[in-house]
Amino acid sequence: MIKHMHAMKCEKFVVNAAGRRVPTIVNGQKMVPFKGIGKYKPSGRKYAPPIPSCLDYPSNGDKTVHSLEEALKRCGLKNGMTISTHHHLRDGDLVSNLIFDIANANGIKDLTWVPSASFPCNEPLIKYLEDGTIHHIEGSMNGALGKHTSYGGMKGCAILRSHGGRVQAIQDGEVKIDIAVIAAPSADCFGNATGAEGDSACGVLGYSLVDMMYADKVIVVTDNLIPFPCMPFQIQGNYVDYVVVVDKIGIPEKIVSGTTQVTKSPDRLLLAQWTAQFCAEAGLLRDGIGIQTGAGGTSLSVGLHFHEQLKNNGWKARFGFGGSTQYMVKMLEDGVMDYILDAQAFDLEAVRSVRENKNHIDLSVYQSYNFHSKGNYTSLIDIVILGATELDTNFNGNVVTHSDGLLLHGIGGWQNCLHAKCTILPIPLFRDRIPVIVDQLTTLCGPGELIDVVVTERGIAINPLRTDLMDKMRGSSLPIVSMQELKAQADAICGIPDKAPISDKDEDTVAIIKWVDGTVLDTVRKVLV
Amino acid sequence: MKTFATAGNKGKGVRSDCFISLELTSQGGMEINITSKVKALFGKQIEKEIKGILDYFHINHAKVDVEDSGAIPLVIAARMEACIKQLIQTDKEYLLPFLQANAYTTNKEKHRFTRLYLPGNTPSLAINAGIHQPDAIILDLEDAVAYEKKYEARFMVRNALRGIDFYNAERMVRINQIPNGLEDLKYIIPHNVNLILVPKCEGADQIKLLNEHIEELKKQHSISHDIWLMPIIESALGVMKAFDIATAAPNVVALAIGLEDYTADLGVKRTAEGSESFFARSVLVNACRAAGIQAIDSVFSDVSDMEALKNNVLRSKALGFDGMGCIHPRQIKVIKESFAPESDEIEKAMKIINAYMIAKENGLGVVSLGTKMIDAPVVKRAERTLQLAITMGKLSPQWREGFLNNVVN
Repeated sequence: MIKHMHAMKCEKFVVNAAGRRVPTIVNGQKMVPFKGIGKYKPSGRKYAPPIPSCLDYPSNGDKTVHSLEEALKRCGLKNGMTISTHHHLRDGDLVSNLIFDIANANGIKDLTWVPSASFPCNEPLIKYLEDGTIHHIEGSMNGALGKHTSYGGMKGCAILRSHGGRVQAIQDGEVKIDIAVIAAPSADCFGNATGAEGDSACGVLGYSLVDMMYADKVIVVTDNLIPFPCMPFQIQGNYVDYVVVVDKIGIPEKIVSGTTQVTKSPDRLLLAQWTAQFCAEAGLLRDGIGIQTGAGGTSLSVGLHFHEQLKNNGWKARFGFGGSTQYMVKMLEDGVMDYILDAQAFDLEAVRSVRENKNHIDLSVYQSYNFHSKGNYTSLIDIVILGATELDTNFNGNVVTHSDGLLLHGIGGWQNCLHAKCTILPIPLFRDRIPVIVDQLTTLCGPGELIDVVVTERGIAINPLRTDLMDKMRGSSLPIVSMQELKAQADAICGIPDKAPISDKDEDTVAIIKWVDGTVLDTVRKVLV
Repeated sequence: MKTFATAGNKGKGVRSDCFISLELTSQGGMEINITSKVKALFGKQIEKEIKGILDYFHINHAKVDVEDSGAIPLVIAARMEACIKQLIQTDKEYLLPFLQANAYTTNKEKHRFTRLYLPGNTPSLAINAGIHQPDAIILDLEDAVAYEKKYEARFMVRNALRGIDFYNAERMVRINQIPNGLEDLKYIIPHNVNLILVPKCEGADQIKLLNEHIEELKKQHSISHDIWLMPIIESALGVMKAFDIATAAPNVVALAIGLEDYTADLGVKRTAEGSESFFARSVLVNACRAAGIQAIDSVFSDVSDMEALKNNVLRSKALGFDGMGCIHPRQIKVIKESFAPESDEIEKAMKIINAYMIAKENGLGVVSLGTKMIDAPVVKRAERTLQLAITMGKLSPQWREGFLNNVVN
């Protein structure tokens, strides 16, 4: 676990199957370069945590200790350890930063932080990246943390994975978690916990189930301790070492938005309308489908159109894939959807629904997204609506960096969802003056073979590999065009941007992008100032 | 002599625009400072563009501050030129190439169901306006532009007419009230404006005066096609003069009514159900029908209430109006659909045209449907209904195949 301390960030670069130059050693750890879609299968056995014994745990079931600091110390917190957290408390999270405050106060160095995602509230951690408390982050770097990383502010090399990729890496033993800290809106003293109840309720805890199972030590932190049993549980106390009670694990209004909102932008509404019309005309929308629409303003609007179309046709979606929102809950309650399968609840209505509706199912990311699994649910989804910061004319996509090189977003479930039967990206052709369709992606996050349809306000491009969709849309009133035509339109309006000031040196690699099978798809290089 | 000028917009919420401060100096060459969120990708190009414009106007020493929020080149050029022309006297114009896609003209009888108002000095709204497929866009130099921004807005509107693709929407400009509006003409007439909206019109003499200026400019720029006029009636006097105005010139293609100003003129409140303007609206429709031109209704100002908008349009259609202004792209679809022929109208028209085709195919001179004879104007109206239904996607162009099959079955 501490071998990265003296290693170079990235070494032994090769060109992978996607034509990108990537390291084969990162933070001292060996990596496999991307081999192509479906070309890499690992062998061996999954990782397993040490065998515990009831002898080491109180027979009365009371695992509470008086502070997080004590719990961390009892877990043996020391230099070079790997600490994981989840992002269910989103921008209202008060626990993640606290871990590193404690580590710093105790002089601990070179930690690896493995969050399932980071948020603007994690900006205070920049000081720990600077002083060496945190060596590097494996997860997502959003906003300020990402910017800091882009300018070379991280000692080690960041590793970005999809939600499914994170499960894969933990299960395959690529990331060995020493201590998992699971903030839980309700828990009992044994460590059983749920996200559905309590003042800090976030609905589900789907991202932390893998941490619970694979970490050496597991700490549950709650602000709502209830008498045993905390049932139905999402976190199982049999995996938990310590329970800590604090005043507040999160700021409720920042954990879930009161209401998620459909976009008001007329341009985005048009994208949504065209997307829905496309799905209807191509015969994608039908009785019994599975859909995922996400929580972005545009995709919510697509969801509303789906709701209306299903209802008008007397159809039902068999399942909707979370993150869930009030709009998806309405589909469930309106009888146009049988199940919500959910690893993440985005608003208060969604939290209520998880609590009350037996058909709103909390799910692990393992079931939905993990690629090293005996199948997963994403390939069963008929229509998935996604975004992108950049696309090239071969439909390859970027979701983590902007064209100026700054790393500002995580991969999230994006790579995983590309495996759905039809992936549709409603995106504006340019944002301010910056075109979305480029000759050369700043960062490759998803191979174009898996991206089927791009809907922009100036035309819809169908991936030429999808001859079936091409055939179905022949004669449509929708403006079906090629990616090249879309690019030409954007370039005519915006002009062609200059090359961004991004280093091309191997030693300036600040992050790598993993593919769902654990191979290295691309690198992110330092932005020069 | 004035040596400092500004133009453009900045601040929270401003997008696709820039704010430029120009100071003419006597020495030191060009000093250009750019702050921009797209600086990494376009900083050099912005600087080059600014330098090019200064060169064009022979300015060798100047300090320029550009606070950019993602403006496209034609916006930067409009802001820069507006700054320069506040400081130096010149007849030169800095014109970017005219987009060939914009070189179309429009017909007098063209449908004008939806006309999307765009504040003339807000480029972010203009760039994507055409994608919402209104029948027309209106670049507004009048009420949507603050008094102190009137000057710079003219450059913005001119550059928009030249360089923004509105995807075949009729290109309209609302000029300022006559006589101030006459000064607007030279920024729009040479740049293929299709139609000019004339606000607060109160008499045929205003139209005649306007046309004299238009003709003068057309001659100067060798423009031969028609430039249409749509006077807006916004006062009690205007209503009384409606027919005079409608027949003032052959290029008047429609009258529009502006109810905010009209109700203010009457000293009454504008209500949703609109009984206070019933007389004015009826007079306007009647004047237009008598003159053989289109009658266009006032805008509906609650952009969030689609149900109320729909009811409003249906009332408007029932009164005889041919279209309505839109102040938000969301209104376009509702207005279009409500003005579109209804299913029973289409059904009836299909029967009439089918009977007409059968008569033609059989070489019969008389068209009959059931026991009724059908006159030529009825056929013509039915044709128009079907054409409209087809353009609006309510009917397939091959409707007759299905229609015949249904009859056989």
